[in-house]
Amino acid sequence: MLTGLTLTQAREGLAARKFSARELAKAHLDAIARLNPKLNAYITVIPEADVLAAADAADARYAAGTARAMEGLPVGVKDLFCTKGVKTTAASKILANFVPPYESTVTARLLDAGSVFVGKTNLDEFAMGSANITSAFGSVLNPWQRNGEETVALVPGGSSGGSAAAVAAGLALAATGTDTGGSIRQPAAFCGIVGLKPTYGRCSRWGTIAYASSLDQAGPMTRTVADAGLMLEAMAGFDEKDSTSSNRPVPAFAQAVGKSVKGLRVGIPAEYRAPGLSPEISAMWEQGIAWLREAGCEIVDVSLPHTKYGLATYYIIAPAECSSNLARYDGIRFGERKDAATLDGVYELTRAEGFGEEVRNRILMGTYVLSAGYYDAYYLKAQKVRTLIKRDFVQAFEQVDVLLTPTAPSAAFAQGENMADPVQMYLNDIFTVPASMAGVPALSVPVGLDAKGLPLGLQIIGRHFDEETVLSVGGALEAAAGFAHTPTLHAEAGA
Amino acid sequence: MSYLIEGKTGTWEIVVGLEVHAQIISQSKLFSGASTKFGGEPNSQVSLVDAAFPGMLPVINRECVAQAVRTGLGLNARINLQSRFDRKNYFYADLPQGYQISQFEHPIVGEGSIEIELANGETRQIGITRLHMEQDAGKLLHDQDPTRSFVDLNRSGVALMEIVSEPDIRAPEEAGAYLRKLRQILRYLGTCDGNMDEGSMRADVNVSVRKAGEPFRTRCEIKNVNSIRFVMQAIEAEAARQVEIWENGGEVDQETRLFDPSRGETRTMRSKEDAHDYRYFPDPDLLPLVIEQAWVDGLKAELPELPDAKRARFQTDYGVPFYDAGVLVAEQSVADFFETVAKGRDGKLAVTWVTGDLFAALNRTSRTIENSPVSAESLGKMLDLIADGTINGKIAKEVFEDMVETGESPDAIVEKKGLRQVTDTGVIDTAIDAIMAKHADKVAEYRSGKDKLFGFFVGQVMKETKGKANPALVNEALKGKLDA
Repeated sequence: MLTGLTLTQAREGLAARKFSARELAKAHLDAIARLNPKLNAYITVIPEADVLAAADAADARYAAGTARAMEGLPVGVKDLFCTKGVKTTAASKILANFVPPYESTVTARLLDAGSVFVGKTNLDEFAMGSANITSAFGSVLNPWQRNGEETVALVPGGSSGGSAAAVAAGLALAATGTDTGGSIRQPAAFCGIVGLKPTYGRCSRWGTIAYASSLDQAGPMTRTVADAGLMLEAMAGFDEKDSTSSNRPVPAFAQAVGKSVKGLRVGIPAEYRAPGLSPEISAMWEQGIAWLREAGCEIVDVSLPHTKYGLATYYIIAPAECSSNLARYDGIRFGERKDAATLDGVYELTRAEGFGEEVRNRILMGTYVLSAGYYDAYYLKAQKVRTLIKRDFVQAFEQVDVLLTPTAPSAAFAQGENMADPVQMYLNDIFTVPASMAGVPALSVPVGLDAKGLPLGLQIIGRHFDEETVLSVGGALEAAAGFAHTPTLHAEAGA
Repeated sequence: MSYLIEGKTGTWEIVVGLEVHAQIISQSKLFSGASTKFGGEPNSQVSLVDAAFPGMLPVINRECVAQAVRTGLGLNARINLQSRFDRKNYFYADLPQGYQISQFEHPIVGEGSIEIELANGETRQIGITRLHMEQDAGKLLHDQDPTRSFVDLNRSGVALMEIVSEPDIRAPEEAGAYLRKLRQILRYLGTCDGNMDEGSMRADVNVSVRKAGEPFRTRCEIKNVNSIRFVMQAIEAEAARQVEIWENGGEVDQETRLFDPSRGETRTMRSKEDAHDYRYFPDPDLLPLVIEQAWVDGLKAELPELPDAKRARFQTDYGVPFYDAGVLVAEQSVADFFETVAKGRDGKLAVTWVTGDLFAALNRTSRTIENSPVSAESLGKMLDLIADGTINGKIAKEVFEDMVETGESPDAIVEKKGLRQVTDTGVIDTAIDAIMAKHADKVAEYRSGKDKLFGFFVGQVMKETKGKANPALVNEALKGKLDA
């Protein structure tokens, strides 16, 4: 039962002393011990003694009446955030034994809010992927199964697949994720949970291992929209150590949920009705529109004409930035080093053996699009198109307050499907990438099951720095949908 | 003036441009808070950002930007209120990030110029193309171990200004003059200490040759030359090498070379095949650098007086001759010393004492102006004692030597040694009478026409008064008595 609570419920329970933080932590550690071997949601589980010590400290605070926003709540941390004294791998061999001597700003803020970290969750290597199948520490299993197909392993989505699976399966009450092209939202949709990518600049990137600097954003992955607001409030805020960090004050996001959405205008972008969009997803989208209309929203057709260039520009800009960001992984100052007779030999061997195939692919693509003779045609052009994509959103938001779209083009697919062709894999990001390119906040909310019993999510996109409206509309959608399903593989299922 | 190379096929002139890397004087590095102090224990001044650990991000150091702007102002250059940082990507052991943060397309400073002065008194304007900021790399030590090289990252991330000249230089001497002038301006501004031997100022030299009137031919770059003398030698060697190639019907390949001072020649560092493609792109971790005109104006208002202006002012305000003024402003500390001595006093006298006696004393005692045994205030006081007649010029020399030796004030020395100039005409008359009585024969000789003996009498009176008599009074009184 304790592993099935929301953050909000858990906090209330702790405050009312219905159970202790120690019991809550222990329940999660037990669940992890039972289910993680199968799900592989965690790369590293924090030693029990440390977890319980943190829980005990939380209990003391509750007793003293000094409990903070996330006090005593068990949280999973995507293994892309540097955690002091705790191994941080980015799911890569090249960082297999890297223990950072520093704490990322986002996780430091969560700790300062009283969170109890239970482990480092699995991910696609260096956050590159949409299925969590590129991790050097094994793929993550989606705790959901197709009806009647219990032996078919499904992907949880990526790159934050471990976080999504952990939250869905009861191995954490919430988890941190990062989203560069959809890496919070898409796995949230695949695993039937809530995922929020805030506005670019809302959360500090300091201490978060960089993939694509102009796109990466940390965000919460939770069971409810209210939880997402609560957790984002704890994570967000200006950081002088990150030059791209916004100094806007952090609103009380937790209070945005439950606000009336009457009179808000919801835009339906024509270009997201891609040909070949599955009828189930279409139907679910229509259902979402109906729910919001019932809640008093005005539904408006809008156009984002440059949507179709989103994937192409993303797969130029992100690899370009990553090819440069990953140059520091050379085995010289930290991480795993493969020795050789020459300096170049050390670089080549260390990186060839330390990086997986997808990472090497993207580094090479990025190097290519930045190279002499190609920079103008690819990188520069992509950045210009990016401005047009962003302008689409800004202009749409002159007519509407939020946009409603599907999160992913399908439900979770099976391991082995879509894998032969990387471009097929890239199409998973088609609905999430444009919001990343524009830097606007976007939320995925689970709204129903498909015919095979797999969760489907809808995406709400809002104006820059207007997470509050996004959360309000998300809350309304969540209330209407009443999604209360849990996956087959869950901590609470037949203990 | 011209530097021409005679070849079989004609006369060649040389075309030289200099790219100077100057370390910015600042407490901390360009994008991190680690210290920039020279000479620290290896890897003791390295932040996580400098070592490029996972998740680390750069944050601009405002003072470094101010220093770059001050330098641009000192070079009479355009300050670009909007500029941008780009990543220059390549792999090397002294570059932890795998890229250097630099400025490629939009540097903080644009076109400017400086005036150089040549030995024959000619002046020339050398154009500045641009100045941009970039990170310095770490240091590699190859001589600590037989099979391994050691990496010291203390210098990694220190702010550099790259100052690029137009290819306006036409002689090795001009290159030397340019570097000396640039160094002088940077030191005056306090933006770089110009210590080439410590590596805080380095030059990359671009050299090509051509016949008069031709467009530019292929140039080669000679990297990291670390003394002005070597720069001039490198230019000579490289120009000669290129002329020989062209003269023999060959073509000069564009390449990067190094200067070997022991051989007096340049050699290839990188061939075209190994040339880097730096894949420049705007650094996504940094915002565009936008500065306000008002801030720039504020920096300009606080700039110290620069060498050319100071030199001109010394000439007009203190009557210092052109050449001496140049000597005095070569180092700002010397100029300040001089001005403290000269202010409110006889400028020409101050010049003589500073450039003559003081410099000689500094040489002799192996001191510098910064730790001079005689302070500017003391020297000034001594000049006051000459001006008000307390001591004469000759006695002053003795007093000065004592000041150098003991560090005591001139007043104290004059009092202690009783060196006060004798101005009592009664005493002088008495001394003269005594001398004239003693040398009556010489008096007679003088009076019968041997005018030259006047000097003898002056010398005798000075000796009689132990050198302390006021020479002017002695002359006057002697004339009166001898010519009577």
